[in-house]
Amino acid sequence: MSESLQDSAKLSPEKERSLFVQGLIDFWKQFRKNKPAIVGFLIVLFFILIAIFAKQIAPQGINDQNIAIRLQPPSAKHLLGTDDFGRDILSRIVFGAQLSLRVGFFAVIGSIIVGTFFGVIAGYFGKLIDTVISRFFDILLAFPSILLSIAIVTILGPSLNNALVAIAIVNVPVFGRLVRSRVLTVKEEEYIMAARSIGMGNTRIIMKHILPNSFAPIIVQGTLNIATAILDAAGLGFLGMGAQPPQPEWGTMLSESRQYITNAPWTVIFPGLAIILVVIGFNLMGDGLRDALDPRMKN
Amino acid sequence: MSDSILEVSNLRTSFFTDDGEVPAVDGISFSIKEGEILGVVGESGCGKSVTSLSIMGLLPHPQGKIVGGQIMYEGKDISHLKEAEMRKLRGNDLAMIFQEPMTSLNPVFTIGEQLTEAIRLHNHMSKQEQNNRAVELLKLVGLPRATELLKEYPHELSGGMRQRVMIAIAMSCNPKVLIADEPTTALDVTIQAQILDLMLKLNQETHTAIMLITHDLGVVAQVCKRVVVMYGGKIVEEGDVKDIFNHPKHPYTEGLIKSIPDLYSKKDKLYSIKGSVPKPGSIKKGCLFAPRCDYVMDKCKEQVPELLGSGHKSRCFLHQDEA
Repeated sequence: MSESLQDSAKLSPEKERSLFVQGLIDFWKQFRKNKPAIVGFLIVLFFILIAIFAKQIAPQGINDQNIAIRLQPPSAKHLLGTDDFGRDILSRIVFGAQLSLRVGFFAVIGSIIVGTFFGVIAGYFGKLIDTVISRFFDILLAFPSILLSIAIVTILGPSLNNALVAIAIVNVPVFGRLVRSRVLTVKEEEYIMAARSIGMGNTRIIMKHILPNSFAPIIVQGTLNIATAILDAAGLGFLGMGAQPPQPEWGTMLSESRQYITNAPWTVIFPGLAIILVVIGFNLMGDGLRDALDPRMKN
Repeated sequence: MSDSILEVSNLRTSFFTDDGEVPAVDGISFSIKEGEILGVVGESGCGKSVTSLSIMGLLPHPQGKIVGGQIMYEGKDISHLKEAEMRKLRGNDLAMIFQEPMTSLNPVFTIGEQLTEAIRLHNHMSKQEQNNRAVELLKLVGLPRATELLKEYPHELSGGMRQRVMIAIAMSCNPKVLIADEPTTALDVTIQAQILDLMLKLNQETHTAIMLITHDLGVVAQVCKRVVVMYGGKIVEEGDVKDIFNHPKHPYTEGLIKSIPDLYSKKDKLYSIKGSVPKPGSIKKGCLFAPRCDYVMDKCKEQVPELLGSGHKSRCFLHQDEA
């Protein structure tokens, strides 16, 4: 008996790891079936790698100006052409990937944290506190998101970081309501009652039982929202409320070059293309994640 | 009765709905002695579960409320304790297992995590000690491969195994009273018998008092010594399990016993009590069972009989003179 006990004890960490690996494999199998999702995943991966290795990839610095070669069309030396200061557009787009992805990730993480906090409180405790939080979410959602972010940036002052904060704030109710609705479902589950019956307190029930069971939809919504956040940041940049020149943020690049759209269209096309690609990538990947993570879609 | 560990007296629990107050439990009194197994029997909707939730202080908030009576645990009234104090009692002194083993475990955590969580809640132990205790508990409830089970997820277990795990979690802090709310209803018959045996074994080994809630008289006959029969939020009969089976006094109990299918009879139709459980609060006058009773008298429709008798009590005018 003791021998077999020891055997199984030795096996257990391996089994634990294999369970985790098995989960990943199952997830990957499900995800792989969705071809568009794979495309999205590859696009996102591509931009992440570009952002990480920007220094190695970019042929020139972000702000290496050379008036002599301003507004040159794409060529072997400048693959995507140059802008009105003679800066290499490819290099600027490559460095811009860092900015856009940063805004996307951190704005979404920020809104997830704040939204989850309020969403859990509203959903779990209900009553007056739910009414107050939910009505506040409704008020925030009543504003067109770009208008609200402009208002927030106006208060904080235009900069990329303030744009990030503004986008995070605007997205809080999206996650807040999502989490609240999940919590409302999960808190009625019998294991919550069982947890109470052995004397668990509210905090522990929320951390141990409610949150882990509410997280799948948040991951999906988060991925989709990174795309919106990047788009909003570019929009704010274009309006002059986000990243300030000479930062190579894609929206700001569009805004700087829009007067040359007729005679040097590449100054506008390529940053725009970068925005479109990243947004499509995150959207496709988000859809794929939803399908793979939703147990009802499994067969 | 000084040896009672849990004494419920005149407990009244109501739900407050849009239509007003609905009494779900209407003045029930019973007691559980240390190490005893008490059966609580009745049809669905007669207030069994509400009684247990009242004891645990887990009534749905804010609709459900204890409006009267006392719940004495070890001589202390716990019916209006603050949530923080109640939480100390739960698990340590009072524990509960539920009807649905399928949904009573959190699907995203392993058995081990949930079991050690319960152990950690009330004891300070090292990780190794927690694990050892978890293995010990799983063995106590008769689960093989205990060490491996700790690493498995609820969906990898069968219903019977999950109910055993639930019992292990409930027993993790050696409660003095275990409330089992229809623990075998969702399981198939062979597993039912095993779970009942397990509860009997636990009762004998750990001396935990068990309040077994069920609608199955067969279950009661198998494990309980004393039985309380509930109907419409009231106790209609109470007594020793043998007395109740051999000489049921209340027509409702009689009906319940007749409803147990007999293997050897060749009747075409199974017996059933006519009608259905009245909606709480719908009968204002007389005995609640009168509309369904075979022996109904004029008196029954006017007056509410008292729960009378010594030892074997019943709430029926047929037996009032005996008392």
